[in-house]
Amino acid sequence: MATGPGLTLRVTEMRFSQARPALFGPLSLDVAPGEVLALIGPSGVGKTTLLRMIAGIERGFQGQITIGGLPADQAPPPGFVFQDARLLPWLTAADNIRAVQPDLGLDEVDALLRGVGLAGLADAYPRQLSGGMQRRLGLARAIATGSGLVLLDEPFVSLDRAVVLDLQRLFRDIFASTHPTVIMVSHDPEDAARLADRVVVLSGRPARIIADFRLNTGSALDEAHIARSVQDILDAQMEVS
Amino acid sequence: MGQHATDLASPASPLVRPRLEWLSLPLLLVLWQVAAWMAASRFLPSPLAVGLHIQDLTLHGHLVADFAKTLQRALIGFAAAMALGMAAGLVLGRVRTLDRLFGPWVVVGLNMPAIVIAIMCYIWLGLSEFALILAVVINKTPMVITTIREGVRSFLPEYDELALAFRMPLARRIRLIWLPQLMPFIMAAARTGLALIWKIVLVFEVLGSDGGVGFRVGIFFQYFDMAGILSYTTVFVAMVLAFEHGVLRSVERRVLGWRQDRA
Repeated sequence: MATGPGLTLRVTEMRFSQARPALFGPLSLDVAPGEVLALIGPSGVGKTTLLRMIAGIERGFQGQITIGGLPADQAPPPGFVFQDARLLPWLTAADNIRAVQPDLGLDEVDALLRGVGLAGLADAYPRQLSGGMQRRLGLARAIATGSGLVLLDEPFVSLDRAVVLDLQRLFRDIFASTHPTVIMVSHDPEDAARLADRVVVLSGRPARIIADFRLNTGSALDEAHIARSVQDILDAQMEVS
Repeated sequence: MGQHATDLASPASPLVRPRLEWLSLPLLLVLWQVAAWMAASRFLPSPLAVGLHIQDLTLHGHLVADFAKTLQRALIGFAAAMALGMAAGLVLGRVRTLDRLFGPWVVVGLNMPAIVIAIMCYIWLGLSEFALILAVVINKTPMVITTIREGVRSFLPEYDELALAFRMPLARRIRLIWLPQLMPFIMAAARTGLALIWKIVLVFEVLGSDGGVGFRVGIFFQYFDMAGILSYTTVFVAMVLAFEHGVLRSVERRVLGWRQDRA
């Protein structure tokens, strides 16, 4: 499968109201094709807003975002995994996938479901799936767009630790096999340590990048290595505060 | 007490509920029979006598033609009111400016006495089929607008975000995001709308028409023909119940089936 597209972000200013300070002043970020980037920072710093700007949900900003060399609004829509599963409860699992990519055939939908461990559940409604299964379906839906760009907004909140570890293993396997470009927002350094190969730490208002470093992903499953990566991320956050 | 309340809501209830429903109408017939027996008056004929009268009116009277006429008027009025009300409700629910401008019209429409609207339509347009159906539509549409507008206002912004993020075209957004959220409100508008329309069509038919259930009941009233009135009423109630169980509930199961409780 082809590697996901590169992304460039050049924001001059983003503010929700003139009466309030800008959320982002000049902000520049480049994401390489196939890179798994984690955006880390305190609550309210603008991580999710940045993701929503890339997805085209937030449009009131000055600047430009390009995906694969195209302006974001002309590029194929990215796959978005929300904080909640945000599945359409009146559609089956298969139809939730086809809702974002109607061209997919039954076999392709089945393959996507099989890929996230939901084989045989094409006809199940979201209410019939557990929280973890719903997140898996959310990931399958995001991949279904076929754009190669996946945006993850705190994809593991409100889940049991065991489910989170299971999902992280699944996400890592899928990223390894399909090579999408991934931008993941998280408040938890461990999410970044387990999935990302690059970490960007945001802080302040207007938000700016206070740390940008690569993680050694060679032995991502090694708990000692993950602990070291978590510490690196925490140190980067602490340096500023 | 708490345990007792839990028992009542236990999964056994659905098994008991239909049996009670089956008993409900026979119980009403029994009460009617007892009341008729005690009254022993031509003004309260027994269910059996009414049944025989229905047979007679079907074979030798105007019962079938009258019901066909009323049904046609009710269904045309219903379809027109639903279509207009849904379109207007969608617009008023989405566009605040228009809602502020036309919202008071809806309130006026909701509170105009049905009989006044019917009389005005008859005076302006004559005692015609069109005037009758128009009066039904004017009466019903504000109620549909109000229900649909509330439905639109209750749309979850999260689903609009989802549609934006995945760049769903408008047609797909309407079909997959808006319509399913609106469906419970459409069903509520349809159900309350039909209940209202059945009644007002009959009143308008009494007021001025050349046939139909209301028209015939008006004639029965002039002769104090209680058997005739009860015969038409019984068939009318049977028709409404058949519509509720045969059409509305089946549509509801089809479009709202996804809301069933977890098995």
